Amino acid sequence: MSGNEFVLEMRNISKEFPGVKALDDVTLQVRPGSVHALVGENGAGKSTLMKCAFGIYKADAGEIVLEGNPVTFADTRQALDAGIAMIQQELLPVPQRSVMENFWLGRYPEKRYGVVRIVDDRKMYADCKAVFNDLGMDIDPATKVMNLSASKIQSMEIAQAVSYNSRVIIMDEPTSSLTENEVQHLFSIIRKLRSQGVAVIYISHRIEEILEISDEVTIMRDGRLVGTYEASTLNNEFIISQMVGRTLTNMFPPRANTPGDVVLKVEHLTSGIERSFRDVSFEVRKGEIFGIGGLVGAQRSELVEALFGLRSVRSGSISINGTKAVITNPIQAKRYKLALLTEERRATGIFPALSVLDNTLIANLEKYVGRNGLLDEKRGVSDAMRHIEMLRVKTPSVRTHVENLSGGNQQKVIVARWLLTDPEILILDEPTRGIDVGAKYEIYSIIADLAKSGKSIIMISSEMPELIGMSDRIMVMCEGRVTGILDGKEATQERIMTLATQLS
Amino acid sequence: MRDPASKGSNRRLSARSIREFATRNAIILVLVALVLVIGIVRNGFLQPDNLVNILRISSVRLIIALGCAGALISGGTDLSAGRTVGLSAVIVASLVQRPDYASKIFPNMPTLWIGIPILAAIAAGMAIGLTNGIVIAFLRVPPFIATLGTMTIAWGAASLYVDRPPLGAQPIGGLRNEFTNLGTGSLGWPGFSIPTIIVIALIVFGIYWVILNKTQLGKNMYAIGGNVNAATVSGVNVRRNLVIVYTMAGILYGIAGVLLAARSGGATNNYGQGYELDAIAAAVIGGVSTSGGIGTVGGVLTGVLIFEVLNNGLVVLGVSAYWQQVVKGIIIVAAVALDIRKYGKKR
Repeated sequence: MSGNEFVLEMRNISKEFPGVKALDDVTLQVRPGSVHALVGENGAGKSTLMKCAFGIYKADAGEIVLEGNPVTFADTRQALDAGIAMIQQELLPVPQRSVMENFWLGRYPEKRYGVVRIVDDRKMYADCKAVFNDLGMDIDPATKVMNLSASKIQSMEIAQAVSYNSRVIIMDEPTSSLTENEVQHLFSIIRKLRSQGVAVIYISHRIEEILEISDEVTIMRDGRLVGTYEASTLNNEFIISQMVGRTLTNMFPPRANTPGDVVLKVEHLTSGIERSFRDVSFEVRKGEIFGIGGLVGAQRSELVEALFGLRSVRSGSISINGTKAVITNPIQAKRYKLALLTEERRATGIFPALSVLDNTLIANLEKYVGRNGLLDEKRGVSDAMRHIEMLRVKTPSVRTHVENLSGGNQQKVIVARWLLTDPEILILDEPTRGIDVGAKYEIYSIIADLAKSGKSIIMISSEMPELIGMSDRIMVMCEGRVTGILDGKEATQERIMTLATQLS
Repeated sequence: MRDPASKGSNRRLSARSIREFATRNAIILVLVALVLVIGIVRNGFLQPDNLVNILRISSVRLIIALGCAGALISGGTDLSAGRTVGLSAVIVASLVQRPDYASKIFPNMPTLWIGIPILAAIAAGMAIGLTNGIVIAFLRVPPFIATLGTMTIAWGAASLYVDRPPLGAQPIGGLRNEFTNLGTGSLGWPGFSIPTIIVIALIVFGIYWVILNKTQLGKNMYAIGGNVNAATVSGVNVRRNLVIVYTMAGILYGIAGVLLAARSGGATNNYGQGYELDAIAAAVIGGVSTSGGIGTVGGVLTGVLIFEVLNNGLVVLGVSAYWQQVVKGIIIVAAVALDIRKYGKKR
């Protein structure tokens, strides 16, 4: 025995991103041969902490001690060599290549013939097979990764971690894409690893699973450590209360909207793809702010993107103002007076190289075509200016490229774009993500004003205070299903979190 | 038109404003410098005849480059440009041969009103462009591959069209004067005249400028090339716009083919070979981004002129034909390297 009680200690770790303190003095101690769960809301800092341990981020302060020795990693390769591995959420290998080629990527065994080096396929295959057998995995090293199920890919990645002789294996939401049987298979692998003395750090929001598999549980909230507990002393309610235990401050504008008649009615809507949203029903009223809460993997974005015609729907119906609506693409969605502010502002929102003006008008150009077939630029500029002033977008001019604005101002430009289409239902997917605190309040005010003027708002948010502070009603989803619809006044973080983790 | 925010900026000449002007118009300054330097070294270069000759050649090249630029701006590319020009050239040439010319392609054809051959040639270009658009937008074949295919098809079609077994593909000559006047004649009055071909190129240039800057189509092209996902979410009809972009390019190649046949007084199945690469190179030199969403028609014009001034200048300077290729290649790569520096800084 080396005499170390802990295989990995992260002492007083702090990490700051521009405008956000992601980690504030967090300490984590992991025992060898144990399963250590790490829980917290979205944005609590779990993944950030683990990325610091794995060499993806460098902590601003604090130290990392591995088996008694202080370590710093410049990159993930150094972390792997030192014995820490991380199975990341949705980090895809090279799907077109074989399992073994992915397995040994970056460290292919070679045979030498003088100066010539040839990759040793036979050794790759045999070594790969040996690791799989040792862990009781049934995967052929020669198959292409694209032919494997999500579960098999994950098994492969765990085996890969083992092949690095890892003492600590971090798993970030490992069960989010697995079926119940596959989860049990994963747990048997985890137990085997534990019996071999490997420490597993298990990030998850599925509290039942955490209670089943882990020895110790560390709870985080808002980038801070809440505490580390022995799993056997914990229950569901306690974990949830510790995850969300914070008070609401008055960071939200007063609201004066009064919900009216039903505008949008969704009945039994089911996604066209497996393991997405299922049997979703809800109504949204005129002038209502309808929040949608849930955790990562709840399929909320998938739901609203399907409403907007960006994703396929297998069954169910959508009615707008009492008539059935068929929406298979955004062009039709616009005709039904829907607007969608997507979650990924950079990927699906802004046109970085275009001006604020063009970014504002792009969804609505047909309105500005004059009688001569050309665009009426004067009218476009004046409309864009009016909205830019109304939303208080800070920009030197409407000709400025939108990539030069801050995140909050870019978001307002996209809001302006959709307001120009004169929508009745605005769907906002994480409207304040990546926006600093001051700008958030402005976005909230805009949302409140829009609702007051009779627009219906559907707002997805992973920030529970925002959800509770802004919504008239809150629909909570878990793994594609609606687990409850709460009245905004009686919603509490505990109730939302209970619904959000309630597997059916 | 300007927005209020830019009002009140006084236009004093300062070091900073000069530097800004230089950065913004770097490519035009390069063109001016090229013309002056070559002109000083070789007096013949600046002779009006030589300059007009450069502009005549540039006219055809500009029209082709505009088509390619449209594809590039909307996030694609168009390799079929050169061969489509060639196909249009042989079609128009075959239909405007003089009645008394000995080896006519269609010996018994009556003399047609000149508009018919021209429209036929443009329609051929349009058909190729439409095919490109449909294959790219609806079959989702990457533009590089789709237009590589139609490029090969267009060449094959042009060759078949002029093939006279057992003699093989025949050159087409003996074009009617009223047709070749399009390429060699001038418009104007005694004392002042402009070559017709340049006038046509300027008209096409003007129309394309209006399309890119003043119409829904143009705005959508920049949006699709800049961020196709955001364009889709915004409700832009991406497929329809792409079909229009490539069809429009095909029409431009058709016009270019007509002018090329008129200027040279004939056509062969090898016409237009490699023009697509020259056109893409000129567009890129003029600041069109190969990754889409960025570029101006003014830039394309400047790029074409730089390319042709260089072509002509290297000849005038007596650089060997082989070295000309090396120099042109270096210029293309250097221009793209600059392009990447300009737009690829983020992240």
